[in-house]
This record gives sequence, C-alpha cells and structure tokens, in this order.
Amino acid sequence: MKEGFDADSPIYLQLAERVNRKILRGELQPGEKLPSVREMALQSGVNPNTVQRTYSELERMGVVEVRRGQGTFITNKKERLDRLREEMRHEKIADFVRAMEAMGFSPEEILLGLEEYLKHDLNGGMKSD
Amino acid sequence: MIELRGVSKHYGRKPALIDVNLSLPKGKVIGVIGPNGSGKSTFLKLLAGITKPKHGIVTIDGEQVDRRIARKVAYLSERDITYSFFTVQEAIDYYSSQFNDFNKEKSYQIVDFLQLELNRKIEDLSKGNQGRVKITLTLSREVPYILLDEPLSGLDPVVRESIINGVISFVDLDWQTVILTTHEVDEIEPLLDIFVAFREGKLIEVMEIDALHENKKISLLQWMKKVYSDKPQLLKSV
Repeated sequence: MKEGFDADSPIYLQLAERVNRKILRGELQPGEKLPSVREMALQSGVNPNTVQRTYSELERMGVVEVRRGQGTFITNKKERLDRLREEMRHEKIADFVRAMEAMGFSPEEILLGLEEYLKHDLNGGMKSD
Repeated sequence: MIELRGVSKHYGRKPALIDVNLSLPKGKVIGVIGPNGSGKSTFLKLLAGITKPKHGIVTIDGEQVDRRIARKVAYLSERDITYSFFTVQEAIDYYSSQFNDFNKEKSYQIVDFLQLELNRKIEDLSKGNQGRVKITLTLSREVPYILLDEPLSGLDPVVRESIINGVISFVDLDWQTVILTTHEVDEIEPLLDIFVAFREGKLIEVMEIDALHENKKISLLQWMKKVYSDKPQLLKSV
C-alpha cells in the first residue's frame, strides 16, 4: 500500500500513531489545533471517514479534545501526554522483544545485545553492519 | 442505501452478473474490484440506470432504479467525454443546463484545484487533463451517489493522485456515497471504507478495509492475488 501505511493494522490506528509520534517529537504542542478532517485526509491521502475515526480514537485515548465548532486540539493535560510517552515506549519495546523472542533469543541475549548496541551507537554510530 | 436482490444480467447468452445479493450503506467510499470481465462495470451501469437487470431488483434509497435515477446519481463513464469539441467552460455550461443539481461555483473550485484552463478545447487537452475534466464534471453535481468507472485508468501517477485528492476534497461523505471500480488497488486502498469483489459475474466478497487489515493483516492487492489466483480445480492432483 502507498504512503507508508502497513497492511497489518487499520489505517485509522496508523494515523493515530503518527499523531502520537509528532506529539512525542514536539512537532505538535499541547493545546495545538489539529488540521480539519478534510485537510488531514488530503495530507495523508486517506478517506475523511478514516480521519474521523482517527480523531475519535485519539479523543477516546484522552490525547486530543474535540471542542464543538472549533476543531480538534492536542490536550493541555501534561500528565496525559507524559503517560503517552510511557505507553509508546512500552509498546515499541514489547514489539521488539516479541520479535526477538520469536527468533529464539533469550532475555539475557536481548539485554546484552541491546546494551552493546547502544554503547556502540553512542560511541560513534557502529549501528549497522 | 443501495440494494440488489437476485440480480442477474446477460449480454446475449454471456452472463455478466449472476444472482447478486448485496446491500451497501451510505456515506462510504466503496471500491469495486475484480479482473476484466468480472462484472464491475456492469454493476456500476445497473446502479446508474444505464442498463437493466434481466432478473432481480436494484434499489437506491428504496427507489427502484431506472433512467430517472440520474437525479440521484452522477456517473463517470470509462469512455471519453462525448462533447470533446467543447471548451472546458462550454462543457461546464452544458452540464449546468442538463443537470439541475450541477453546482457551477463548485465546478470552478475544482477547475482551480486541478489547475485546468477554462478556455481550452477538451479535445486539445492531454489525456490526463481530459481525465481531470471528467472528474470535475462528475463531482460538480450535488447528488447523493457518485459512481466512477475506472477514474484512474490509463492516467499517469501525478494525474491519478490529483483525481484522488479531488475526490477527498470535493465529496462530502456526510451525505454523499462514492462507488468506484478500479485496477489501481494499491493507490485507491487508503481511500476506501469497503471493498466489493466480483469474479466471473459472481459477488465473492464484501468487506470493510479495516477488517481486512485487522483480521487478515494483508493489503487489498495481496488479498486479490490470493483470491484470484486460487484455482481449486487445478490443485486436485497435488
């Protein structure tokens, strides 16, 4: 599928994750207004119904607030956004660990490998071979 | 809502659609897929009231479809524009005189959005710009159902993207429904709520795109490759 959407989860969830990443990176600030549904649809090349679902999902998560007649805004609640950061961290680590375990690596190997990787990475980018 | 009950259609002795039962909700973008000759275009023509079923009933919002359904349905045909000796402006004027629901102001917005020139003759335009004119004339009609037969076919990637963006920008899913046929499934997939698949005149699947990703974890193209290459009769000897 085009535009970097994966086939293994619904597009509205992938779009929600994109918004969450932008929040974590600081590209979207607390209280900032999100594009209108149609604008976001156009930017992402998806159906406006999909964007509507994305915004509903983000609202359900408490990450955005819908203000009637005004639009959709990133929440100002700092503790919610801090928690989002923790949730995303946990989720990505869980994905990684699942993938490693599926290849037969033990927790010790994973931990050791991760430590070494991070050490090399910090010492000058011996990331990939 | 669109409903088909026991719908069959033949061209001569050749069946084009066989006993199709289907209902489709409003406010969605629905993609109709299948190989050439599977019945996609016939399905769209039945909804547009351009052709009649041999058996069965087609209704739109409870109204049985005949030629008068054109009040509710805008149909973009796969063929070239009939009045290609018109300029873009003349085509807009002509459509506006033919359809009470034609919104001229909207047509100028779309012309602007798609960067068309009003004073150019349609037959002198590139194939891509002719495609843009066709979509302009279709989307300018304020009707609840918009049927697009192969809107992307034969067009280059830039034009295909601009047509998709035109649909996103100028269709209001709060009250409009889009049904389109296409072979460009990869490009159209992010635009779809639901897909409908035909094979050899038979309806073989109706599914929400979200359900495809959530449950089967595959793209529409992968689904098609899997389903349409399935030839059980050839695998018997294995």
